[in-house]
Amino acid sequence: MKQPSAHQDNAREDAMNDAEGKAATAAPALPALGLVGMLRWAWTQLTSMRTALMLLLLLAIASVPGSIWPQRVQDAFAVQRWIEENPTVGPVLDFFQMFDVYSSFWFSAIYLLLFISLIGCIIPRARKHWQQMRSAPPRTPRKLERLPEYGAVELDDRGPAPAQALEEAAQVLRRRRYRVQVRPQDEDQRAGSIGAEKGYLREVGNIIFHVSLVGVLVCVALGAMFSYRGQKVIVEGEGFVNALAAYDNFFPGTWFSEDQLDAFSIQLNEFDRAFDRQVTPEGEAGPQWGNALDFTAWVTVQDGTDGVPEDTTLKVNAPLNMGGANLYLVGNGYAPVVTVRDAEGDVAFSGPVITRPDDGVYTSMMVIKAPDASPEQLGFQGLFLPTAVDAGEGMAVSADPEPFNPELHLNAYAGNLGLDEGIPQNVYVLETENLEVLNSREVDAGGIVLAPGEVHELPDGLGTVEFEEVLDYIAIDITYNPGELGILVFSLTATAGLITSLFLRRRRAWVVVEKTDSGRTLIRYGLLARGEDFRLRDENAAIRRDFEKIWPVSPPQTHITTDSHATTPTGKRG
Amino acid sequence: MLTFGAVSLPSINVELAEYSELFMMIAAFIYTLAFILFTIDNAQSSRTIRRLETDLAREQESLTAQPMKVATAAAGPPPAEAASPPPEPKDTHNGARDPELVDEDMAYIGTRRPLANTAIALTVVAVAAHAFAVVSRGLAAHRWPLGNMYEFLVGAALIVALVYLLALHRRDLRFIGSFVLGLVVAMMVAATIGFPTPIGHVQPALQSPWLAIHVSLAVLSIGLFVLTFAMNVLQLLQSRRERALAENTAQGWGGFLAGRQFMRLVPKAFSLENWAYRINAVAFVFWTLGPMITGAVWARESWGRYWGWDTKEVWTFVIWVVYAGYLHARATRGWTGTRSAWLSIIGFLCIIFNYAVVNVYFPGLHSYAGLPD
Repeated sequence: MKQPSAHQDNAREDAMNDAEGKAATAAPALPALGLVGMLRWAWTQLTSMRTALMLLLLLAIASVPGSIWPQRVQDAFAVQRWIEENPTVGPVLDFFQMFDVYSSFWFSAIYLLLFISLIGCIIPRARKHWQQMRSAPPRTPRKLERLPEYGAVELDDRGPAPAQALEEAAQVLRRRRYRVQVRPQDEDQRAGSIGAEKGYLREVGNIIFHVSLVGVLVCVALGAMFSYRGQKVIVEGEGFVNALAAYDNFFPGTWFSEDQLDAFSIQLNEFDRAFDRQVTPEGEAGPQWGNALDFTAWVTVQDGTDGVPEDTTLKVNAPLNMGGANLYLVGNGYAPVVTVRDAEGDVAFSGPVITRPDDGVYTSMMVIKAPDASPEQLGFQGLFLPTAVDAGEGMAVSADPEPFNPELHLNAYAGNLGLDEGIPQNVYVLETENLEVLNSREVDAGGIVLAPGEVHELPDGLGTVEFEEVLDYIAIDITYNPGELGILVFSLTATAGLITSLFLRRRRAWVVVEKTDSGRTLIRYGLLARGEDFRLRDENAAIRRDFEKIWPVSPPQTHITTDSHATTPTGKRG
Repeated sequence: MLTFGAVSLPSINVELAEYSELFMMIAAFIYTLAFILFTIDNAQSSRTIRRLETDLAREQESLTAQPMKVATAAAGPPPAEAASPPPEPKDTHNGARDPELVDEDMAYIGTRRPLANTAIALTVVAVAAHAFAVVSRGLAAHRWPLGNMYEFLVGAALIVALVYLLALHRRDLRFIGSFVLGLVVAMMVAATIGFPTPIGHVQPALQSPWLAIHVSLAVLSIGLFVLTFAMNVLQLLQSRRERALAENTAQGWGGFLAGRQFMRLVPKAFSLENWAYRINAVAFVFWTLGPMITGAVWARESWGRYWGWDTKEVWTFVIWVVYAGYLHARATRGWTGTRSAWLSIIGFLCIIFNYAVVNVYFPGLHSYAGLPD
């Protein structure tokens, strides 16, 4: 009946052994020599409850570094910056994969070992339970009074004979949903006994929980392999067609292939922002004035190459599903349309500039690079303020997220922008160290301040910059992960299994019916819980009540009450 | 009604919101009174015990004639009591030095503690005021009132107090009264001073029915974990004390605790451990459903991925694993008792860390605290 490994409920096993008069399990024997013995020993160790517990705790500890240092899975740029700022520690931490914790070899090793341990536990346990479910309840222990719960009722002279009492006791247990086996005559030649057990589903739930966890892991792995995730910024009036080249950023899974990209397109027609404009009864701005309340992107989508174009909305918390992929509205901002002309009057740059909002009032960072300008390349860096107000000393800040008074506040630079070397650059960053400053608050020419429709002339006739109008843009994430449904289903079955295994009680009951010397019928019964059971005493009382209902129980019952106060067998450890 | 293109949000009821804040203050004030009373009750343990002992001695005399009818009305189903002997002072290993003053199963056994009882009555009043404050805030804003750090803290405080009262209804948990009320007061103070947030609508990312489900389940499980934390801490102290009493030593921590009268009104370590386990099991299910599963569902709905190892997600996972370890430890030889209690305590410290430190200092997607810049 006992198996060497399989995450036994060790503490409770002792109680059963105690009642059966056996000694507690001896310490595991020393490993036998030889490879097979060693392997078997290692397997036993790995699948032991103690190892599983250690691996669990190790997993918790190993997860923590991921919240201390930036992770590439979230923000590769932040990791790069961290390493640059900490040139000594950074590379060392990187070597130990502290910036890729959840895909690191050590984190993977822990959870893979944990899952191997879990599988090595589940299989023998499931096999054992399958046998138990199809076999009779365990044999009646000799010393019922040593079970955690024990009781006895003596019937008076009107009571039924032992054989009939046995049958009636079996009825009582059946009504309490025990699986019952009546043993009319056991080996001790007592009148007879009953073995009963219920709550087999508890172990089933336990196994379902653990199997479901394996299912979740498998779905996570498969999902990650076939998944893709991409990002795209779309300016008002522009569109996006789902093709690899169209993405701004793209993160494919290991086994992703390009033909997984379903054909669909999306065009941004208009974008609406809504902000809190509630005023107090006194007519002043309310406490949440200017907070974002709603973002709605009015889009036209086409699912499939021959699909019908359809007008719809894309909102936060309400993704669009197209061809198996999901589209999410993850960001938005302003895209001022700027035209840069060089010294010859040729257009060196023209179009909407994606700005990066930095706060709740959309103070937005912007960079313009005009490498085609001649005689010198031109670069601009500064802020877009939707509602610019003077903050004194020539400084301006944004007072509101909506474009009531949009202004560009820029510095202008001339020189080699470094784009010709072919080294990939961040489009949102301008390296100004080796550039000549044309316009800035620090130089005599001053900074550039532009309202829509205004043109600024750069010093030395190097060109002009014109602020034409303000457009909106949205940032969308496009994700495809075929593992999601499986993960959800397995999480729910895991929860169902967890609830069953935690709150369903598995109980064994035995009844022994015998004739006393005075010719009366004595019914003794004992109860044993498998697993945690805090209400075993209540079950004892309930069974006793049922017996008293059908039988004339004789009054003196001093020996009946249980001597054990422990409500669980673990109480034996004292 | 404010209408903007595609949305129309009902306007905030400012007057009701002001009532909400007023009742929040009233509740905090009454909680503080209850906390003080609980603390005085603890400090006066020795007097309580002396009175209890004389009561017990008197009952002892009449015991032979008539079995004591204990306060079964409050102690749950009476049959359990009927099957077991009356809780007379038993010959425990502590001998005559420590007669049974509290029930092993934390049932009420008629122990009179007037100060603690007054504190409980005050807590009931405070919870009523508190509940009104939370509900009216939700009504005033026309949304589920768990949308920022202030609302989260006062909501969690309400659930902690409510869970404690419900538990008190079934079991004699007066021994953790000062701890629970102290925590509730601390949460209310932290909310009002640390994260004062004027009433308003929530940002688009939080406008989802999942907010109510996800955050409420998290708050509920935290309310339960608070109780088990207190029980597990007391369990550690009590087991030290029990060992010191058994060895008849007055040295060290255990010896110090053995002399504390207050600890005599705390149930046995074994009983604390069992109840902590039962509550932890329920809380673990809520944690699985709330922060883990509905969190993943909402993250997929809102951010486009079900799990992304955001700092908050990391700590949610850590907490889940620690409590999973706790549940397993209970079935591992050599890990029951003190060690499993430590796991439960560590789990709760992780929760505190997750809400107090991660929310405030770690940048992440869960930065909805509404903190002033």
